[in-house]
Amino acid sequence: MGKRIDVKDLNVFYSDFKAVEGVTMTVEPRSVTAFIGPSGCGKSTFLRTLNRMHEVTPGGRVEGKVMLDDEDLYAASVDPVAVRRTVGMVFQRPNPFPTMSIRDNVIAGLRLNGVKNKKVLDQKVEESLVGANLWNEVKDRLSKPGAGLSGGQQQRLCIARAIAVEPQVLLMDEPCSALDPISTLAIEDLVTQLKEQFTIVIVTHNMQQAARVSDRTAFFNLEATGKPGNLIEMDDTQQIFNNPSKKATEDYISGRFG
Amino acid sequence: MSSSTGASLADELPDPDGRPPLRGDGAGTGRRGDRLFAGAATGSGLIVIAMVVLVGLFLLFQAIPAIGEDKVNFLTSRQWQVSARKFGIVQMLWTTVATSVVALVIAVPFAVAIALFLTQYAPKWLSGAAASLIDLLAAVPSIVYGLWGYFIVAPKFEHVQSWISDVFGWIPLFDRVGGVGGGTTIFLAGIVLSIMVLPIVTALTREVFNQAPMAHREAALALGATKWEMIRTAVLPFGKTGIISATMLGLGRALGETVAVLYILSSLPEGSKWTWSLFNGGDTFASKIANSASEFTPGLGTGAYVAAGLVLFVLTFLVNALARVVIERKKAFTE
Repeated sequence: MGKRIDVKDLNVFYSDFKAVEGVTMTVEPRSVTAFIGPSGCGKSTFLRTLNRMHEVTPGGRVEGKVMLDDEDLYAASVDPVAVRRTVGMVFQRPNPFPTMSIRDNVIAGLRLNGVKNKKVLDQKVEESLVGANLWNEVKDRLSKPGAGLSGGQQQRLCIARAIAVEPQVLLMDEPCSALDPISTLAIEDLVTQLKEQFTIVIVTHNMQQAARVSDRTAFFNLEATGKPGNLIEMDDTQQIFNNPSKKATEDYISGRFG
Repeated sequence: MSSSTGASLADELPDPDGRPPLRGDGAGTGRRGDRLFAGAATGSGLIVIAMVVLVGLFLLFQAIPAIGEDKVNFLTSRQWQVSARKFGIVQMLWTTVATSVVALVIAVPFAVAIALFLTQYAPKWLSGAAASLIDLLAAVPSIVYGLWGYFIVAPKFEHVQSWISDVFGWIPLFDRVGGVGGGTTIFLAGIVLSIMVLPIVTALTREVFNQAPMAHREAALALGATKWEMIRTAVLPFGKTGIISATMLGLGRALGETVAVLYILSSLPEGSKWTWSLFNGGDTFASKIANSASEFTPGLGTGAYVAAGLVLFVLTFLVNALARVVIERKKAFTE
C-alpha cells in the first residue's frame, strides 16, 4: 500500500476565484509530507484537491493534473467517490459520527462498501483500532458512543475509521490543532507508525510538528490577501528548516511573519 | 456540542481549567438584572405548568358528574346519545385516532423527503422560495381545507376509494362500507389532514437537517460515501429525534383539528354497525364537540362533551410523553 502522488501545474478555483496557482510537486510513497504556510495560503485547499473533497464546496474545481501512480484522479471517467475511497482524510476537528458507537464508527466506511460479514468487521475493528493506538483504551466499550471519548481519542478514532477502508494515501488537515499537547504527541507517534503503510500528507500550523514528523516539507505562501496561494519550495524537512533556499521560507520558519 | 434535545454533554463537564461546570443555580451573580430575569423566566415556566394543570382540573371536574350518570360504559360503549344519558366514546376515539394516523402515515414521509430536498439537493434560491411556499400552507384557514376536501376532492375521491375497496377489500381497513356516500370518509379526512400537518412537520425536520454538522457530512464523504449514503450516515441519524418531535407535533395538530374534519366527515347514522374500515364516516372528539356546541345545555349534557374533551387531552398528553421517552432513550447517541 501507499502510492506516489504527482501533481502538475495545478490551479484551484472556487467559482471565479483562483485560490491556489501553479502547484507542481511529488509526494513520495510511504513517507510523511508536511504542508506549512501562513493562514489563507491555500495549503488546506490544495490538500483537499488530492481526494477531490474541495468539490464538495459549491464552485470548487481544478485545472491541471493529479496522478496517483498511473491514474489521473481528474480524468473524466473517474468517480470522485472512488477517489475518496483510495485517498482517506482526517479533519481538523475530530468528527466521529455522533449517532454511532465506537465500533460502528470504525466500520462506517466498510459498511458503505457493502461489507456485511460480522467476523470480517470484528477483525477489522480490532485491526484498525490497534493501528490507531486506541484499542487498549476502548476495547471494553466498543458499543459506547464515539462522542463520549476525549478529543484526542476521538481523533484517533477518526484515524482508525479512515485506515479501516485501507486507503493508499492518508490526508490530515491540521489533525492536532484542536488537541492538547499530550494527545498531539500520541497522534504524532501514530503518524510515524502509519507511514510504514500509507503515504501521508499532513497540513500543520505547528512548525515543530512538521519538523518532528515529516520527511519532506512544502512551504506555501501568498503574495497578498485576495491573491492565489503558491508553492514556494519543497525539500527534505531537514533542508527546509536548516537551510531553505528561498528567503520567504526562511522568514516564515524563523518567525519573522505568518 | 448541543443537540436537538437541548441538552449537551458540555454542560456536564468541568471547564478546561478544572472549574466546576456552570450550573443554573451557580451562574447567577445576584445583581438586580440577573434576579429580574431569573424571576421572569421562572414565572413564565410556572404559569405554563399551572395552565395545563388548571385545564386538566377543569375538564376533570366538569366531566366527573356526567360520567357518574352515564348509563353505558364510558370507555367501551359506542353509543353517544346525550338526551338518553348514554355517553360512550369508542366510535369517536377510533375516528380521531384513525384520521390522525392516516394523516401522519402520508405526511411524514413526504415531509422528510421535502425537507431533504430543500436542505441537501435544491439550489439556494429554490430552497428559500419553496420553503416559504410550504410555510404558506400552514396559513390557509382550516375551513378552506374543509370546503376544498368536501366539494372538490370528495366527489373525485369516491372512485379511488371504490377501486381500493375492490382490490384490497379483504383487508378490514379497506372494507366497503354501505351508507357513507360521496367519499366523505375517515380516509379522505386523513388525506386532507395530512396536507394540513405537512408544513409543520416539514418546517421542523428542515430545521434539524439544516443543522446536521458539516463536519459529519464531510466525514462521510471523505470515506467515499455517495450523496445519498452521506445523507443516510450523517444527516438522517442526526435528525431522527427531530423527526420524532415533528411527527408528534403534527399528530397533536391532527388530533385536535376541528373544522376541516367537521366539514368533510359524514356522520354515522344511529345504530350503524361497527367496522374497522377507513371508508366509514364518523366524528372525531373535536368535530363532535364543535358540531354540538350550539346545543350545549348547562349540566350533564355539556359535562359529557367535556369528558370527551378530557379524553382528547389525555390522548395528546400520552402521545407527547411517549415522544419524550423515545427521544430521551436516543439521547446518549445524539450528543
